[in-house]
Amino acid sequence: MDAIFLQILNGLDKGSAYALIALGLTLIFGTLGVVNFAHGALFMIGAFCAVTFSQILTLSHKATEPTGTDFLGNPKFDDIMYVHEWFGQSTGDWMIDWAVPLSILFTVPVMIAIGFIMERGLIKHFYNRPHADQILVTFGLAILLGELIKYFYGANPYPTPAPAAFAGSFDFGAMLGFDPNTIIYPYWRLIYFCFAAVVIGAVFAFLQFTTFGMVVRAGMADRETVGLLGINIDKRFTIMFGIAAAVTGMAGAMYAPINSPNYNMGMDFLVLSFVVVVVGGMGSLPGAVLAGFLLGIVESFASMGAVLEVIPGINQIIIYLVAIIILLTRPRGLLGRAGVMED
Amino acid sequence: MLGLTKRDAGLLAIVAALCIFAPFILNPFPEGSGMAQFNAGYPDLMQRLVIFGIFAIGFNILFGLTGYLSFGHAAFLGVGSYAAIWMMKLLTMNVIPAIIISVLVAGLFSLLVGYISLRRSGIYFSILTLAFAQMSYALAYSVLTPITGGETGLQPKYTDPRILDGALEGGATPQANLFGLSMKSSTELNIGDWVFTFNAGYYIAAFVMLIAFYLSIRIFRSPFGMMLRAVKSNQQRMNYTGLNSKPYTLAAFVISGMYAGLAGGLLVAMDTQVGAERMFWTASGEVVIMTILGGAGTLIGPVLGAGLIKYMENIVSKINKTVLEQWFAFMPDGIEDLLVTLVYPFVGKGWHLTLGLVFMLVVIFLPGGLVEGGSRVGNMFRRKKTDTDTPAGKTTPAE
Amino acid sequence: MGILEVKNVNKRFGGLQALGNVNLSVAENTVHAIIGPNGAGKSTLLNCLVGKLIPDTGSVMFDGKSVLGRKPFEINQMGISRVFQTPEIFGDLSVMENMLIPCFAKRDGGFSMHAIGSVDTEKDVVEKAKKMLEDMKLYDKRDMHASSMSRGDKRRLEIAMCLSQEPRLLLLDEPTAGMARADTNNTIDLLKQIKEERDITICIIEHDMHVVFSLAERITVLAQGTPLVEDTPDKIKGHPKVKEAYLGETQEV
Repeated sequence: MDAIFLQILNGLDKGSAYALIALGLTLIFGTLGVVNFAHGALFMIGAFCAVTFSQILTLSHKATEPTGTDFLGNPKFDDIMYVHEWFGQSTGDWMIDWAVPLSILFTVPVMIAIGFIMERGLIKHFYNRPHADQILVTFGLAILLGELIKYFYGANPYPTPAPAAFAGSFDFGAMLGFDPNTIIYPYWRLIYFCFAAVVIGAVFAFLQFTTFGMVVRAGMADRETVGLLGINIDKRFTIMFGIAAAVTGMAGAMYAPINSPNYNMGMDFLVLSFVVVVVGGMGSLPGAVLAGFLLGIVESFASMGAVLEVIPGINQIIIYLVAIIILLTRPRGLLGRAGVMED
Repeated sequence: MLGLTKRDAGLLAIVAALCIFAPFILNPFPEGSGMAQFNAGYPDLMQRLVIFGIFAIGFNILFGLTGYLSFGHAAFLGVGSYAAIWMMKLLTMNVIPAIIISVLVAGLFSLLVGYISLRRSGIYFSILTLAFAQMSYALAYSVLTPITGGETGLQPKYTDPRILDGALEGGATPQANLFGLSMKSSTELNIGDWVFTFNAGYYIAAFVMLIAFYLSIRIFRSPFGMMLRAVKSNQQRMNYTGLNSKPYTLAAFVISGMYAGLAGGLLVAMDTQVGAERMFWTASGEVVIMTILGGAGTLIGPVLGAGLIKYMENIVSKINKTVLEQWFAFMPDGIEDLLVTLVYPFVGKGWHLTLGLVFMLVVIFLPGGLVEGGSRVGNMFRRKKTDTDTPAGKTTPAE
Repeated sequence: MGILEVKNVNKRFGGLQALGNVNLSVAENTVHAIIGPNGAGKSTLLNCLVGKLIPDTGSVMFDGKSVLGRKPFEINQMGISRVFQTPEIFGDLSVMENMLIPCFAKRDGGFSMHAIGSVDTEKDVVEKAKKMLEDMKLYDKRDMHASSMSRGDKRRLEIAMCLSQEPRLLLLDEPTAGMARADTNNTIDLLKQIKEERDITICIIEHDMHVVFSLAERITVLAQGTPLVEDTPDKIKGHPKVKEAYLGETQEV
């Protein structure tokens, strides 16, 4: 029992990431009808927003007054961090420690800006071109973005720690009444899951309860008709693209402590999140979320030692297997609407 | 000639001439000059040019004719490679059995993948093939390590059984050969300061490429090829014309899979090694890029695209900061620095950046690829000369 | 016994009874029209005949053989060709190639691996396609992209493609929808000519009464998924039930 519970917990953090990326992917596909192969790159850029933000926090300048002499007797100038100077020593240290959560404040505007530029500059011109062209051009963009990040940040992963308060693990099982020391769970993974739940909830609430969201949902159902009503749907879709980029970027930023960002991670997550969208049902937001968590958990079960003994390496391919089976037996996916991209 | 129209025979002759004279064409700079490092006429690169040409020609039969965009073709190339290397380990270092088995195994594998993937079309098909390719990669990289060598890959070893070959002399490394002619054997020709290398492996690969190209011309001109274009154009009409589109697309898929396997087998024949990275989905993406860049659906396009990409990869990755500084040295210092800074990310290790950019530009501005670009330029000149307008709809796709 | 026998066909979409107990018999070598107001189930019926839809109950026999459960391409090979409301042709291909494809399909069946021989060497098929284009006055346009032709020419090409398969039954789904009067008249003349020259049964679904009464020998009126009456054009013209169906003068509505 506790082993099963542990695997479910283990699947949650990866599942959260899948769900968030797939949510963004579905928003874009559902509203704009565009198949975005550069979506993984947005996740990766989000992760590097966290890296960049923590680098910005540790920017420093040389002190103007010498603070002493070095061993050669020359006057020595200490590096002084701007955060220390501006916010004081203790607040500054706290900010550096909490760089990853704080970086959300930085990630969101950056990602929205990138989303706007991408949509206005590129995607807009591909609304009426075949899906193959959309796939191809966004595929090119994905390569380009990945390589740009590689140029500026290098090929090695950037370890980006979570705040010290959440660095360790805790005995989650004991809290829930299992035997002590059976379910040890890292704090940050739990935080990530809660964060994902909040973001997903916010997106759904936004779509459900605002006029803007209503128009977007109507547009997802029938774009032409909404356009005929005289509503400027294009402008709203641009904003939607920005939101999708922000959701995906946040997912990437918060994932940085779990998986050290590197320029290639976009591609890895892209393939998986596409699989998630397809399993959930193209164009279905609840489907994307459900499938994200489901596949995360399935993957974690497949990684259990007992399972691996029977079928070695099944954890590496289980998601693809599930996707292939789903596509063949229920092409519209778990929660997809009938007739949407079913052929 | 050979059952081809004059025009197609001409095309084949041009490609053949390019292949034969490639050692000259790719080595324009004299040895010892500053530009000598940009010579591309060395065996390893020339082999890759034609082998990836085969890969792209095959991919074009699927994507160019039927419009089904596969993102998993590297898997077939990889499977072909593994099959070939096992032939070399178990049977003989002669490349013929290795190449034959690589085509067969890739064909069988693509039959399986195609049978399942082709139950869906459009973007679903792309994602299914992608999923299969990633699965194959994961299998090759870790799960099937006993067969694939996992991370380290496979190479023929001294200790392999090789039942058809006699025992090697002590310590000799096994060499891929064609009835004793080593793939690595080369002749050099010195003319003045120039050095040209003629490599046995290259000419064998080029010969295979010409056969592959010839077959693709025949397929394009055949009723079967016309049916494949009908699949792309209007499946509904096709079904209501009494034609079953499924076996047509499956046949195209398997043929292109066999081409990929052939390319994989030849790669092994040339460098006698294989690793799982050959199957990664970016490798599948690369063949897509080659085909589109050259011109999907045209005969010569994929050959041009594959050649150009592999050639540019070689040239661009050799440019470094010093070279850039030399090039821009004639400019005022400020502008020189600026240009070097701007161009530098795109050269050397930044080759993939250039590749991504070129790819986007082609898809955006020139979806028909170089061939379409060429015919557009050609039309512009022709129009100026004769000053007569050809009606827009009447331009037939160039080959 | 007609060449096409539809018996007790029912088809529901969720709560909507699209077809209710449809019986229809189309006699060989006649022109049979199916008319009816919007939503009468004409298209649903047609789709059941060609294998796009499968009826919930009932049977559809063509020339004594059931078509149910067969795929569209198989039904086509049995001898039923379909002309669509908006011309379905191979837009990216040349007019000649458009013509060649059905000719190959007629000769070689649903699938054949003629992957090596050139199209041009298949003299019999090429000659047949050429002759068909000449008959249809499309030969001058043989090298054009099919998509760049006028709508009237596209329709003409589509009919030519269907005829080249030598079908025994030609189904036309509102062949003159959206056409100018002149094009409509041309199409009528074309169909009349086809009828005169060949042994062929034509089943036409149409909105335009002018077309129907110029061509049809028998007419079935469909309303709310059920055949109302079936008779000769003269009888149908003054039939009160038909007026009801078209003008909505019934008590129930």
